[in-house]
Amino acid sequence: MARRAEKPQQSGTLEQLLAAKEIVICCGSGGVGKTTTAAALGAMAATHLGGKVLVVTVDPARRLANALGLESFGNVETQVPPKAFTAAGVEPQGELWAAMLDTKQSWDDLVRRHAPDATTRDAILANPLYTNITGRFVQSHDYIAMERLYEIHASGRYDLVIVDTPPTRNAIDFLEAPERMADFFSSRLLRWLTVPYRSRLVNVATKPFYKVADTILGSAFLQDIAEFFMLFQTMYDGFVQRARSVQRTLEDKRTTFVVVSTLESAPVREAEFFIDALETESFHLGAVVLNKVLPKYLLDTKAAKAAKTMAADPAAFADALPDIGDHDDVARVIEEIANNFLNFRVVATRESEQRKELAARPDVIATVPYFDSDIFDLAGLLRLGEQIWN
Amino acid sequence: MIPLLDRKLLFVTGKGGVGKSTVAAAIAALAADRGKRTLVCEVDAKGNLADFFEAATTSFAPTEVSKNVFAMSMDTEESLKEYLRLQLKVPLVARIGPLARTFDFVANAAPGVKEILTVGKLAFEVRERNYDLVVVDASASGHIVGQLAAPDAIKELVQVGLVRDQTGWMMDILGDPAQTGVVIVAAPEEMPVQETIELAARLRDETVVDLAAVVVNRVLPELFNRAEEALFDQLSHDDVVDQMSEIAGGPTRPVLDAADLAVTLRRSRAGHLTRLREELPDDLAMLYVPYLFQRTHGVRATKMIAGYLGEELGF
Repeated sequence: MARRAEKPQQSGTLEQLLAAKEIVICCGSGGVGKTTTAAALGAMAATHLGGKVLVVTVDPARRLANALGLESFGNVETQVPPKAFTAAGVEPQGELWAAMLDTKQSWDDLVRRHAPDATTRDAILANPLYTNITGRFVQSHDYIAMERLYEIHASGRYDLVIVDTPPTRNAIDFLEAPERMADFFSSRLLRWLTVPYRSRLVNVATKPFYKVADTILGSAFLQDIAEFFMLFQTMYDGFVQRARSVQRTLEDKRTTFVVVSTLESAPVREAEFFIDALETESFHLGAVVLNKVLPKYLLDTKAAKAAKTMAADPAAFADALPDIGDHDDVARVIEEIANNFLNFRVVATRESEQRKELAARPDVIATVPYFDSDIFDLAGLLRLGEQIWN
Repeated sequence: MIPLLDRKLLFVTGKGGVGKSTVAAAIAALAADRGKRTLVCEVDAKGNLADFFEAATTSFAPTEVSKNVFAMSMDTEESLKEYLRLQLKVPLVARIGPLARTFDFVANAAPGVKEILTVGKLAFEVRERNYDLVVVDASASGHIVGQLAAPDAIKELVQVGLVRDQTGWMMDILGDPAQTGVVIVAAPEEMPVQETIELAARLRDETVVDLAAVVVNRVLPELFNRAEEALFDQLSHDDVVDQMSEIAGGPTRPVLDAADLAVTLRRSRAGHLTRLREELPDDLAMLYVPYLFQRTHGVRATKMIAGYLGEELGF
């Protein structure tokens, strides 16, 4: 705490941060511009720092694809065409690549890597539970995202990997995912669950459990589960080792986290929670990026006083002005714009309070103003990137 | 279309950050205001549903947070216990011990178990007619389809057993538009609009649940009509601004800049709204809720949004 207090307000920039790190993980609650920020950082790094930069998004919505002008991309890493940079008016020093996380595909790859033999591999890939877990339901996103990040980083194909995290229910889910996965596979409970199918020796203590489970789920289904886990257990060693490596990569000095938020109250609360979690788990908090921040002029107290005068008696105010149109119309416009200013000022004031609380935490805090239009191309990403780079 | 509040079970979903919980709370408040005994249930354990009613934290056992509004938060483990108690009619506390410990496992291992315990509990409240309306602050748009399709998925996976027997009546309730509907909350921005359009299609293709309405939250007011915009342009000339600042006793350029900002934001959003309207079925109810400058949270915001929704529904 004391150390933090001594630090100057801003001791670094995102440029320095990205130059120093190999993995950047963008996190924050949904709807705060996480994906866009990740893509913008990638575009800036490729432009100014050089090297090969990969942006991985795990969001099922294909927004990064849109922003990068790629028709579609799956697990395959695709280079953003250099001519897209030229069209955006810059000459990149490096290459920008993009990939999306295909959960199913990534799980299949993982099974192929760790299965002891072809028979087990095929049995797992064909198991109805496996298909469902990997394809249909969402819990497996967390782990596989981190697993793939590790795989990409370990391949040495890129100088910098920027990841956009899954929209988790609980912001720290994915941080704990590798550990949970390791626990899961090494757990006694798992072995326990598969006991009746491995031996006939169901003891007195566990019998009621199986009876209940059997009534609820039906024995055929339980058998499916058991088969699934018995198959998976053949990959136990590989999996646990792998999960530990993933965990180490997240904790490594070369990895940093960028928390993205807006200044609305709900995302701020989540961002604070996330910052706390990072500190507790001793992960590196590199920067906080604040999106959609309202302009500073809204906080100008003199302007607020002027707006109040205008709103108090718009008719009199219009009287005092030179003749520019129908008196009543002018008065109405005066009233509208004065109230509009005061309305936005309320929001800006509330948000500047929130900012104060967040800004005390990280080394780098970057602010992105409200943009006039949505970002849908590389030029837009770079325009956003310029705002936060230095 | 079946009037929104005449249904029995409403799943309120939407992309993260669009105000899904606020709208769910507001729908519950509005229904309660109209005399309906209403249950509002938070599915994602973020634990802030209570904030919208200024109540203490919610739990699995519903509490009355304001007149006619009962609030609860989903807990799949509790839901399983309740289900076992009701279905097996045996005091299972003793047997639950190992089951609870293994629960997380089975739930993760057997896909759809958590989902079905969630949907099942909600459908159960409807079937038992414990409430006139159940409003669900449901999962975000990325997860809702998996949740609503869970009974179907379970049916494919589980061939026999109690769980399978239960899917039938759940599907009946979920698939009946007179009873169940989804409300998608959108904001007039590019990605929320895109996700709303995609979700509407997925609900139609992958679930039996009817899309009841789309609520567009945070719509910015239109500042000027065309004539007023021309006047505004005149007011924006440097010499006029100087004069205004003199009369107002302070700088007025920021006031004009703020108006510019509002107009720009509104304009860029109008395009998304048009797209949303065009891409969704013509007969689908769309309810517009204005942006609240003063308050975004708390019972005040809930009441204001309930009021706007009421107006949109013609009350």
